[in-house]
Amino acid sequence: MAKITLDNLAHSYLPNPASEDDFALKELNHDWVDGEAYALLGSSGCGKSTLLNIISGLLHPSQGRILFDGKDVTHAPTAERNIAQVFQFPVVYDTMTVHDNLAFPLRNRGRDETYVAERVQEIARMIGMEDMLHRKARGLGADQKQKISLGRGMVRKDVNALLFDEPLTVIDPHMKWELRTQLKKLHHDFGHTMIYVTHDQTEALTFADKVVVMYDGRVVQIGTPEELFERPEHTFVGYFIGSPGMNVIPAKVDGNRAYIDGTELTLAQGYGPLDGKVEIGVRPEFARLSQTEGLPVRVRRVEDVGRHKIIRAEFFGQDINIIAGEDDRISADMNRVSFDAAHVNVYANDWLVRGAA
Amino acid sequence: MEKTVNQKAWFLVLPVLILVAFSAVIPLMTVVNYSVQDTFGNNQFFWAGLEWFEEMLSDERMWNALQRQLMFSAIILAIEIPLGIYVALHMPKSGFWSSFCLVVMSLPLLIPWNVVGTIWQIFGRVDIGLLGYTLDALGIDYNYTQDVFAAWVTIIVMDVWHWTSLVALLAFAGLKSIPDAYYQAAKIDQASRWKVFRFIELPKMMGVLMIAILLRFMDSFMIYTEPFVVTGGGPGNATTLLSIDLVKMALGQFDLGPAAAFSLMYFLVILLISWVFYTVMVNLDKKGM
Repeated sequence: MAKITLDNLAHSYLPNPASEDDFALKELNHDWVDGEAYALLGSSGCGKSTLLNIISGLLHPSQGRILFDGKDVTHAPTAERNIAQVFQFPVVYDTMTVHDNLAFPLRNRGRDETYVAERVQEIARMIGMEDMLHRKARGLGADQKQKISLGRGMVRKDVNALLFDEPLTVIDPHMKWELRTQLKKLHHDFGHTMIYVTHDQTEALTFADKVVVMYDGRVVQIGTPEELFERPEHTFVGYFIGSPGMNVIPAKVDGNRAYIDGTELTLAQGYGPLDGKVEIGVRPEFARLSQTEGLPVRVRRVEDVGRHKIIRAEFFGQDINIIAGEDDRISADMNRVSFDAAHVNVYANDWLVRGAA
Repeated sequence: MEKTVNQKAWFLVLPVLILVAFSAVIPLMTVVNYSVQDTFGNNQFFWAGLEWFEEMLSDERMWNALQRQLMFSAIILAIEIPLGIYVALHMPKSGFWSSFCLVVMSLPLLIPWNVVGTIWQIFGRVDIGLLGYTLDALGIDYNYTQDVFAAWVTIIVMDVWHWTSLVALLAFAGLKSIPDAYYQAAKIDQASRWKVFRFIELPKMMGVLMIAILLRFMDSFMIYTEPFVVTGGGPGNATTLLSIDLVKMALGQFDLGPAAAFSLMYFLVILLISWVFYTVMVNLDKKGM
């Protein structure tokens, strides 16, 4: 186990990157604390897998360094880094039995057979494949194959880090939940550093201690699920996390007042002069619909999702979402919306601006 | 579901039946016809029964040719399959050089058989051939028209030159279909180069290799033109392979009956060996090798 440090790291798939746009992964400095479980969250093509492959050594970065416990491994081959990685699509050795598949990484490192047998049994129990150990891996279903891949990733105890690249994509929903729980338990029991790439926010938020949100080759926020929810550092985080995501509304901000289309809204904090594109962000959870209070809004449609209601509405010519309790009555004359002032965030050029009380 | 019965539908398969009849069934039956009769010309035939088959089976000449044929096929398979795999493994996977290699390797496959024979026949001559002259100058006693060993080496090297590309191209296609993640996972698992080959590349190539082996076996077992052009079956009978012997018998000596019996047995041997080979491979494949 090790602390993994990324130092000025960046990567481009082009041989001579000219501008920042050429970089699939933009300059990044970060310490992955030893023993924490991270989720790397972002939409497809945002650089998650690139980052993961650089850490595991499958890809060499165009610039910067990677350090494991302070030791530079930027150009070290994968084998030397002692990393386990599970890929999006199952990789199994078809001609081997399930048992041999699980034993493969241990045998390649010359572990003795009694230890291998013991470890394979343990892992087989964890992934629920004890009764299939002597079957050939060929002909198994995709989710069973992926369980073998996961098992092969977890079979070594002494790895520096465990990396998962969207490993549960091909697994059916019920098994997904179970395997995620197993991974959490594994993390709890052995304290490996884990990095889990996903584009599914539920997966990220339930798995990780810290979620790293990436957008367009850049890490936009690293935080606990709570921090991501309450104070998104970037409008993308607000939009990407939450269901539905944060409402982002163009506004003018002056001191502790915001003006939306000239209509005034009081903020909890005061802000200095702001440049560029200024917006306010409010999560649907912190917006409230009523007859009397707040700014004018026109309700378009109400969706009942079971545990609460989502109100889709028009607000100064823009779509916004409001969440109301399952038992709240929504009536036709409710045409005002108010925001919980403490949870209204201000963004300039998409980045969060912190105000002063 | 109610099935519609319409016997006129048979007319739809008629074109295929006619085609197959003229291209395969009728010629084959002509051979069968010859194999059970004797003729002295003038289109006069006498019933001979299984006589020709008995004669051929006890004929040492055919057994010797069969032996030489089996040896030839075994040797070229033993060289071409591993060599083809080796070449495929070392070809550039993409980019300009990959296409370049593919084109260069396809070239021998595009040359007509008798031209290949002529090329090697000249190439190996001690007086004017580059290969023969060079070997002779190096003090190596090489003369494929007189020395049995030299004749065999020449036709084997020629066949390897002509056909290894086919194996390499098929193996390369098999290799290209392996997703990157397999190699990455192998790196993570610290698999050695040999294990990557044994557990990833070879299993993924098995399907195309089976086709390659079958094709090469059948083709080499029926080979005629190239060795005929180079050695004419000599020195002596040293390189008289089955089909060369067959043609000598049928057209040289005009022994139509024995030649017909011979070709039928020849056909059955190829069918039998291919079938055994295929069955064994498929069973191995099922067991996961």
